[in-house]
Amino acid sequence: MSVPPPSLLVEDLAFAYPDGHQALFGVDLRIEQGERVALLGPNGAGKTTLVLHLNGILRAGRGRVTVAGLPVEKRSLQEVRRRVGIVFQDPDDQLFMPTVGEDVAFGPRNLGLPEDEVTARVAEALAQVRMADAIDRAPHHLSFGQRRRVAVATVLAMRPEIVVLDEPSSNLDPAGRRELAEVLAELPVTLLMVTHDLPYAAQLCPRSVILDGGVVVADGPTSEVLADAPLLAAHRLELPYGFSPRPTAPPG
Amino acid sequence: MGAGHGASLTARYLPGGTAVHRLEPHTKLVAVLAFAVVVVLTPVQAPWAPAAYAGYLLAVLTVAAVAGVGPARLLRGLVVEVPFVAFAVLLPFVARGPEVQVLGLSVSQSGLAAGGGLLAKATLSILAATVLAATTEPRALLRGLERLRLPQVLVQILMFMIRYADVVGGELHRMRVARESRGFTGGGLRGLRVLGATAGALFVRSYERGERVHLAMVSRGYTGSLPGSPAAPVAPGSWALALSLPLAAAAVLLTGMLLG
Repeated sequence: MSVPPPSLLVEDLAFAYPDGHQALFGVDLRIEQGERVALLGPNGAGKTTLVLHLNGILRAGRGRVTVAGLPVEKRSLQEVRRRVGIVFQDPDDQLFMPTVGEDVAFGPRNLGLPEDEVTARVAEALAQVRMADAIDRAPHHLSFGQRRRVAVATVLAMRPEIVVLDEPSSNLDPAGRRELAEVLAELPVTLLMVTHDLPYAAQLCPRSVILDGGVVVADGPTSEVLADAPLLAAHRLELPYGFSPRPTAPPG
Repeated sequence: MGAGHGASLTARYLPGGTAVHRLEPHTKLVAVLAFAVVVVLTPVQAPWAPAAYAGYLLAVLTVAAVAGVGPARLLRGLVVEVPFVAFAVLLPFVARGPEVQVLGLSVSQSGLAAGGGLLAKATLSILAATVLAATTEPRALLRGLERLRLPQVLVQILMFMIRYADVVGGELHRMRVARESRGFTGGGLRGLRVLGATAGALFVRSYERGERVHLAMVSRGYTGSLPGSPAAPVAPGSWALALSLPLAAAAVLLTGMLLG
């Protein structure tokens, strides 16, 4: 049996916005199937710009992005967007349908799946995030943490190759944060987590990548990256008061 | 963010299981529209018009009673009518023609009939719409509109309105709290300028949110059309039951025309 292609392969990716502001200067990143990687970096480092390249919302100025062997191109966009599930930061941006069930069904229906398959996927995805009871509720009646978990379900229902989370722990209360971590730790998918929340990265991701100034400046085991105080300081990353990074056993 | 309070649009809905609640939304929509058409078709100047209005009122109040929509709820629904009332009250004073004495004031006879007719028609239509809103969830109304072949773009716009009215309302509320927390009390020219800036900021925020929502939709494979869920079959007798309201009104209208 041959080795499966990496879930995500970014090669020499550079991008400048139409106004001339250059956000990425040659990013290289390789994520193998089943890996859990934290993408760290200060505000304005280019994290969001990189994420928007992963499913072809932004198109590379130079270099290329390959998702499980499929290059991101205009004609592969629909399949790329199925393979890369992005969970945006504000669940109110992601959840726009009148009920949770309809919202989770939105992606599978866009894939043109038959209705019984859509129903099965909605039930499965909501069960994965422990929100099966909320299927008929309106998103605005849910708590913020519940809405974020439903947002995760909306991309799980598309059976993605890789799930990309933009600041998954922001605005969550401690219980919501823990519940989300429990859900994420159990997901059987490749995970890329964009965050400033270093303890969350240490908890969920064995590997961390620091992006700053539009290039990857560090890539290694999370425990080592977080223990490198000069490195963190050089890129405006800080551990919360009282938190000490220690090597953690990989989950599972 | 804005969880908890809000739900301004869904607040119009009174949960229940009456026969009116159970009707398919699109049959109810057609019924209310047909009822309004019959009401509007009634000639204002006919001598039997007041009797016909009374007949319509009886019909719509019967439906409200069956649906369990109380008088207080109906009256609150009528609040939207206030501008019409102002216009209707004005009519007898500005219209020309033969005049009559009402409460010691001399007003135009045709104006009085026109104003009264306008008021009656608006009130009746709004009562019917209030019963519809109280017995149908907003999202069910959308499904009804979709089944009536309203263009997808309009259905989508309405859907976003229902979903985001509370989100935008919550943002407005937080901006107001933040404003007042810094000592703003409103009033005067300066107050208007602050409110203008608030409206502008809210517009920009909503516009940006719209862009983010679109981005998230495109990321899940959105290509311009919303794939809907399959439509449930209409229960037998639904149309007959729903249309009994406009048919009763039409019977009143016909009786008036034949006898009057």
